[in-house]
Amino acid sequence: MNWRLLGERAIETLIRVCGVSAIVFVFGIFVFVLKEGWEFLTHRLDLVQFFTSIEWRPTSPNDPTYGALALLAGTAAVTAVAMAIAVPFGLGTAVFVSEFCRPRTKEALKIVIELLAAIPSVVWGFIGITLMNVTVIAVTGAPVGVNVLNSGVILALMSMPIIVSIGEDALKAVPDHFREAAESLGATRWQVVYKVLFPAAKNGLLAAVLLGVGRAVGETMAVLMATGHSIRMVFDSEPPVLHVLSPARTLTATIAAELGEAPKGSDHYQALFVIGLLLFAITFAINLAADLIVRGIRKE
Amino acid sequence: MTTEPNGPTDQYSIETKDLCLWYGDFQALIQVRVRIRQGIITSLIGPSGCGKTTLLRCFNRVNERYGNVTTTGDVRVLGKNIYDEDVSLPELRKAVGMVFQRPNPLPISIYENVAFQLKVHAEPGSLSKRERDQAVESALKEVLLWDAVKDSLHKKATGLQLEEQQKLCIARLLPLKPQVILMDEPCSALDARGTEAIEDLMSVLRERYTIVIVTHNMAQARRASDECIYMLLGRIVEHGPTLDVFLRPNHKDTENYVEGRYG
Ligand SMILES: Nc1ncnc2c1ncn2[C@@H]1O[C@H](COP(=O)(O)OP(=O)(O)OP(=O)(O)O)[C@@H](O)[C@H]1O
Ligand SMILES: [Mg+2]
Repeated sequence: MNWRLLGERAIETLIRVCGVSAIVFVFGIFVFVLKEGWEFLTHRLDLVQFFTSIEWRPTSPNDPTYGALALLAGTAAVTAVAMAIAVPFGLGTAVFVSEFCRPRTKEALKIVIELLAAIPSVVWGFIGITLMNVTVIAVTGAPVGVNVLNSGVILALMSMPIIVSIGEDALKAVPDHFREAAESLGATRWQVVYKVLFPAAKNGLLAAVLLGVGRAVGETMAVLMATGHSIRMVFDSEPPVLHVLSPARTLTATIAAELGEAPKGSDHYQALFVIGLLLFAITFAINLAADLIVRGIRKE
Repeated sequence: MTTEPNGPTDQYSIETKDLCLWYGDFQALIQVRVRIRQGIITSLIGPSGCGKTTLLRCFNRVNERYGNVTTTGDVRVLGKNIYDEDVSLPELRKAVGMVFQRPNPLPISIYENVAFQLKVHAEPGSLSKRERDQAVESALKEVLLWDAVKDSLHKKATGLQLEEQQKLCIARLLPLKPQVILMDEPCSALDARGTEAIEDLMSVLRERYTIVIVTHNMAQARRASDECIYMLLGRIVEHGPTLDVFLRPNHKDTENYVEGRYG
């Protein structure tokens, strides 16, 4: 066997190891999270209580309860508010950048959007506590300005960049001859967008939205600061309303705020890892969905 | 304006005067003056790069999609200068349909492709679903595609075979009855059978529509067209009844080209 062949083999092996290591890491993290919460999850956690109770009192000395419903609702609420804002604006910006603006404007806009993506999340939290706080109070008259609305707006701004850039990629990938065909049939540019580009780029745009959702669900620092971090049930079922002006608390923020104080191995500690598992499951499902959609498995 | 259903008339569907076009600094059309008769098939021939596609794309202003295009002169379609300020592009393109070199059905269903213009141009709600279904059906029948696709109307049009795609691209122009159909080498992506099918289709459509077809295929121009225009380097060299252009050309260039000495 000569050296060149050996070199090729070595490089091939190296590349293979790199590829496989990603799987190993993801799997490893999952196993670690699972292991840390396992004993509690299987022996002492009341799953019904976990999913249906809003009583999250892990540090109560005589009667600790582990109801995560309010936290789940908090995450859902801020994500919903964020998406209600970020999806129309993000996709609108993606359409504008890819179809309507001149090259100069496009460059400028893309730089701004990249800057938006580069702002650290703690800075967003800062903006939430100060600027947004004051604005929310002034505009809505709410007694506290750190609430679902506040963090929803912050999260919207944080997930816009990914929606815009993936959405723009999806639109850019539509071959130009489709636009030309539609225009030659007399469609206006706006009609081209919604009658041709949206159907053609549907999968990519959906993936953009889902990745935005994933970004919002997983965000921690900014929501910790901007939600008010108080355990409230923000959804009412009768009648169904979402209290956007109510403070809330999310799954992620709970872990971040409490893990440092929970003694290692305690029920509290383990319960936080169970929340971690839940987050893992949610983001995994979202990403899987995005992936399946991108592959067009969900054709109608 | 009178539309006589039968045979060539003395009317002109398209008249250009002093039409010049530049891509940036490069002049692709030079003082083009041409009159295209209504209700016949006119073929546009000439060596590669002489400006056939460019000229064709002037007739529905789709050239303007490229940012660097400057056009001067007149192009009258049915008597109206389409480069006037008050011309509405959607209206123009409703009257002047185009079939492209590569079949380019939209990435939506077959049905939606054919109904596209109806939806784009009609007032919302002015057409019932049944009327639309009928329009789609008769357009697809007209291009002899109905039997092949009637059970798959809601499948993606991009999944059809190339020949069927090209027929669909013709069918989608028909519901709004355009005055002119422009075809830019409509058969160049098709095999012999597909070419024959499209040519048959052209002869069916002839007389009801004014058709202008760009082709590199001399035999096709000869077979399928009534009049023929020969272009060279951005100018019109010769325009006359097809047989005259082929058998008794006025210019040496034309003769050389149609006899296949260059091109
Ligand atoms: N978008 C464009 N930008 C710049 N120059 C162009 C553009 N399109 C065409 N040209 C040039 O204009 C001239 C005419 O091109 P055109 O495509 O009209 O020729 P054609 O006769 O259709 O050729 P072919 O038979 O190869 O299709 C060519 O020299 C070509 O290089
Ligand atoms: Mg051409």
